[in-house]
Amino acid sequence: MTETTDARDSATAWRPSAIELERRAFRKRQTGRSVLVSALSTIVLAGLLAWALIGSPGWAQVQQTFFDPTVALASLPRILEGLWLNIQVLVAASIGVVVFALVLATLRTLRGPVFFPLRALAAGYTDLFRGVPLIIVLYLIGYGVPGLDFFPRMPVAFWGTIALILTYSAYVSEVFRAGIEAVHPSQRLAARSLGLSHGQTMRRIVLPQAFRKVTPALMNDFVAMQKDVGLISVLGAVDAVRAAQIETAHYFNFTPYVVAGLLFVLLAWPMIRLTDWVSARTRAREQVGSIV
Amino acid sequence: MSTRSASVAEPVLRLRGVRRAFGEHVVLDGIDLDVAAHEVVALVGASGSGKSTLLRTINLIERIDDGEILLRGQDVSDPRVDADDVRARIGVVFQHYNLFPHLSVLDNVTLASRLVHRVPRAEAERQGLELLASIGLADFARAFPDRLSGGQQQRAAIVRAIATGPELLLLDEVTSALDPELVGEVLALVRSLADGGTTIVMATHEMAFAREVADRVVFLDAGRIIEDAPARQFFEAPREERTREFLARFLAD
Repeated sequence: MTETTDARDSATAWRPSAIELERRAFRKRQTGRSVLVSALSTIVLAGLLAWALIGSPGWAQVQQTFFDPTVALASLPRILEGLWLNIQVLVAASIGVVVFALVLATLRTLRGPVFFPLRALAAGYTDLFRGVPLIIVLYLIGYGVPGLDFFPRMPVAFWGTIALILTYSAYVSEVFRAGIEAVHPSQRLAARSLGLSHGQTMRRIVLPQAFRKVTPALMNDFVAMQKDVGLISVLGAVDAVRAAQIETAHYFNFTPYVVAGLLFVLLAWPMIRLTDWVSARTRAREQVGSIV
Repeated sequence: MSTRSASVAEPVLRLRGVRRAFGEHVVLDGIDLDVAAHEVVALVGASGSGKSTLLRTINLIERIDDGEILLRGQDVSDPRVDADDVRARIGVVFQHYNLFPHLSVLDNVTLASRLVHRVPRAEAERQGLELLASIGLADFARAFPDRLSGGQQQRAAIVRAIATGPELLLLDEVTSALDPELVGEVLALVRSLADGGTTIVMATHEMAFAREVADRVVFLDAGRIIEDAPARQFFEAPREERTREFLARFLAD
């Protein structure tokens, strides 16, 4: 009570001093100059790029083959249809990645000699799948596994999703593991001292804190996967990229590829902005009270 | 004080020849200690004398290399005993509070009741709120721990440790990480628990507090019990030369 009234009293009594007013004026001038300089340099750079591009000898030809509005409009429905498949694959793969990566990360953090084989298996897995290019995994899974005649016939998009899960889980499990190890051991100690089991401690104490620590890194991996879902086209799945390829062949024009590219950017953009925002917020919270 | 330490047939805690070594370094060298019900025992000694390790062995966070730890007559140092069950019977408070930062204060307090003792959430929360109200933190029940001062966090951590009604409470230098002006509120809570009959073993550097609240003071040096005496006698007429040296050093500070 007394604190708040004190604060109000001092707030009404306080007037900025001459020195402070002069400083504020200076900061304002500095800000104005910064805005002006950045605006000017942006305009100059954009002008230079446009001049170089449009002024190039082949521009008219390139514009026709890559940026033809009629072809863009005509190919859009087919490409959008393909993009819907990409989105479905993306959603399924994301869920699969989170689950499988969590299992892998948990296996790698298990202690005790009994778990050595599981630990080694998980470590070997992440080493292997972080090393193999995704496109090779796609071929191996997409053409190799159905060839075993062991599973019922599935659409190629299904095998593409499996390949994405296998590859991305290797990366994401390492992110999870880093998060798990970043939770201070005293948290585990406190939980176990309360009588919580190892599993309860992981679920209730360690993983929630680990998740929070690695959210920006996880979102970044999600953004990367968002564009890599386009690679399932190599298996023949008619996704946005494959649809663009078909349209390109139809019109003898590369514009459908540009359309597909723009659609992927549009798809990823909200997530990219969100990732930046979350990272900035995390950084701000960790560096609270500092201006450098 | 002597009425509180009136002997009950079986001690709550009994240590017999407890030994723990890290490589060549012997941290606990044959510790024998009995703690009766409702008794408050203070462990004192220089840093590295084995106080914290001793507390950690009691709730089975630290393995022992030899000896026995009996909790109400049951040998809990037997590897066949389920350590989680034993830990659920013992409350621990740490130097750095170790509250869970992603859980509200109330969830911190009720976590063990709900998960370990299977108390329904509504019942656990009623008890938790009651406990928080008793230490003046009811307003912070839904807040996260980082909103609390160090003293408030430590008091919440103490309440978390006693929420399930443990048979024994272990306090590991619970005021060492606090700013001096916040020590008093935490010690007041410990004092009220002691007066309420909680069985406590505490490692501490607060000699005045040990003298006031503890029934017995146990002086550890290099992993051995040098002196184990009623608090008054320990501070006024220590028998051992090393105890006198230790106390003299503390009084000089």
